[in-house]
Amino acid sequence: MLSRTADNLFWMARHIERAENTARVLDVAHRTSLLPLDIEGTDAYLWFALLNITGCAHSYEAKHGLAKADSVTRYMALSPDNPASIYNCLWLARENARSVRGAITSEMWEVINDTWLELNNLSGQMDYEKLQDFFDWVKNRSHLFRGVTLGTIRKDIALSFIKLGTFLERADNTARILDVKYHILLPSVNDVGGAADYYQWGSLLKSVSAFEAYRKVYRDVISPLRVSELLILREDMPRSLHACLNEVEAALIEINGSSGHEARRMAGEQHAALHFGRIDDVFAQGLHEYITDFLQNTALLSREIRDAYLSRRDTILVR
Amino acid sequence: MNTKKYFNEMYADDGEVREIYEIYTRWLKELPTGTLERRNAEAELLFRRLGITFAVYGESNGGERLIPFDIVPRIFGASEWQRLEKGLKQRVRALNAFLHDIYHGQEIIKAGVISAHQVLDNVLYRREMQGIDLPNQVYAHIAGIDLVRVAENDFYVLEDNLRTPSGVSYMLENRKTMMRLFPELFVNHVVKPVEHYPQMLLDTLREAAPPNVADPVIVVMTPGAYNSAYFEHAFLASQMGVELVEGQDLFVHQQKVYMHTTEGPQQVHVIYRRVDDDFIDPRVFRSDSSLGVPGLMDAYCSGNVALANGVGTGVADDKSTYLFVPEMIRFYLGEEPLLSNVPTWRLSEPDDLKYVLEHLPELVIKEVQGSGGYGMLIGPTSSKEEIKTYKQRILAEPAKFIAQPTLALSACPTLVESGVAPRHVDLRPFVLSGKEIRLVPGGLTRVALSEGSLVVNSSQGGGTKDTWVLED
Repeated sequence: MLSRTADNLFWMARHIERAENTARVLDVAHRTSLLPLDIEGTDAYLWFALLNITGCAHSYEAKHGLAKADSVTRYMALSPDNPASIYNCLWLARENARSVRGAITSEMWEVINDTWLELNNLSGQMDYEKLQDFFDWVKNRSHLFRGVTLGTIRKDIALSFIKLGTFLERADNTARILDVKYHILLPSVNDVGGAADYYQWGSLLKSVSAFEAYRKVYRDVISPLRVSELLILREDMPRSLHACLNEVEAALIEINGSSGHEARRMAGEQHAALHFGRIDDVFAQGLHEYITDFLQNTALLSREIRDAYLSRRDTILVR
Repeated sequence: MNTKKYFNEMYADDGEVREIYEIYTRWLKELPTGTLERRNAEAELLFRRLGITFAVYGESNGGERLIPFDIVPRIFGASEWQRLEKGLKQRVRALNAFLHDIYHGQEIIKAGVISAHQVLDNVLYRREMQGIDLPNQVYAHIAGIDLVRVAENDFYVLEDNLRTPSGVSYMLENRKTMMRLFPELFVNHVVKPVEHYPQMLLDTLREAAPPNVADPVIVVMTPGAYNSAYFEHAFLASQMGVELVEGQDLFVHQQKVYMHTTEGPQQVHVIYRRVDDDFIDPRVFRSDSSLGVPGLMDAYCSGNVALANGVGTGVADDKSTYLFVPEMIRFYLGEEPLLSNVPTWRLSEPDDLKYVLEHLPELVIKEVQGSGGYGMLIGPTSSKEEIKTYKQRILAEPAKFIAQPTLALSACPTLVESGVAPRHVDLRPFVLSGKEIRLVPGGLTRVALSEGSLVVNSSQGGGTKDTWVLED
């Protein structure tokens, strides 16, 4: 497969997944901010933290100053100026898909293209009250795209590159959500079981569709340790780091190729650490430190994948 | 000019239906009212869903739009086609011989048939190609020859397209659509197939490969997704089962061309490029081109990669060189041309210029290096003001223009708002040159959809038709 084709497929999938994740965190932030809670400084923290997840805190502050619900939401959802906004993610997903129309099915193209066209109809007239609908819509389009992909595309390396993009992005996002929340929630760690804590950790779980699963798995109060275990180590949770690395490793094995040796080794190592890891050890190291390591390793893995498969530099000829 | 007599391909002069259209006309008569319109709507839906679109330069936001498809086929008889086919092969053979000659011994110049100035001072003459040997001595592997018909037995070549002629995907999609909409017509007509064109193209490209390569890797090279013919590039690549690449996917190492793949670099032997000469290699041609591949010309001239079409073909399809094609046929093949040129005035010649300036309202004026129907003047349908403005352009640089009489293009029945009515058409068959010259029976028929209009270019609102060649 052409490297450019693989690159376009990878980023098409990543941008769709990123749009969904951004919609998820914004959605939950809105639900949370509606709760009558009085935790000092939570609100500003909350919105600033959201910006941090997508790495656009600096560019936001430069333009809009203090993090406020309305402007942060607009910036992250619909702003054409923010390269990481949902608007731009869906645009980039479409542009990547457009360049590889021959490598994806026409149904996949139609979903991506329709999404972009509908978004342009929507975004002009976005009321604050309609935001909830908008987030649902983004999530639904992402679900639809995933469904149509699995339902129509041949199982070859095109699908593997799509999966690679999807799950690397998802792993990255789950880790960031966990890290940011951990910081916000630090003051209340002593107060395990309290109402504020319940809602804050509850909202974190909801943002990754894991609230109901938590109830079923633990049948107990929501604790940081268990939430972390659920989202890091449990491979039956579709958005956990472990589950994501399962998929990443499998995709790399399917793609194979001599230049991918180091990428496969790195993914295998990261996966093994999750597979055999214990939550007590994670907390002994410190959750923040653990996640920082994870994000760093994921970034290194992404770079290695780029160099092995996606890059178009002439130097790789020398072998 | 609407009163001017033209040849109607369905009806003979006495009003009788011509034999090849008999079955179709009978079928059309028995069709329940509204059926044609309904199927027409279906056709449009099919094209839109498949995304068979093209972008129009200069249109706001580079909109993608459909080329109107007309559901009434244009029909040729087997013997009519045979004559055309012979003439087309002859013409393309001579054009390739001309290209080989001017980039080697230049015998035709020495013989005084064409002036050195006409060839060597032409901006489309590429001195980089001088002395370079190409496999089979073929330069224009894919040629689109535009034909118009003025009488039952009179066809003229309007223009040779030897650079990156497009439109073949419409020929193929039109046939597919017709078979889907009107299966019954293909039962009562025996229409020669065109569907094997991609296979023929693939064979031609294989034969173009450097001679020492047993199993050549072939790619289609596109300027990118924003090019007006991107759909066609993607279509042909997928039909042939080869990669569709952009310049950035290729690189040159030690005079060999490679593409970046997920398994590492893979050598490429034949590039069916739909990128103009000017843009293929920033080191040799336009240095601001980001569409090309640095070093490509070096690899090409070393014989390690084939380009289809070859570099420097523009000098032969230039409208001022066009004049000499009949002479080329006589010079290289020792034959009389089977297809005629349209009588043409060269405005670089004082006598011709004088005549043309006096007769502008009757003539068609074209830019020597123009294409796609842009920048031409059609005297009979232009206002005095337009003619006056155009005259200034001619006077500024006469050598940039040629003039031709306004031809009475033949007309074919076409579905328009008022029903089925005659509209003017032309024909672009695609001639493939490898070890031998091949073409599928048919081509792309373009139709001017407004009444009386003679401009068939899709960029100017023309449509297309399926073109049938019947078995005997």
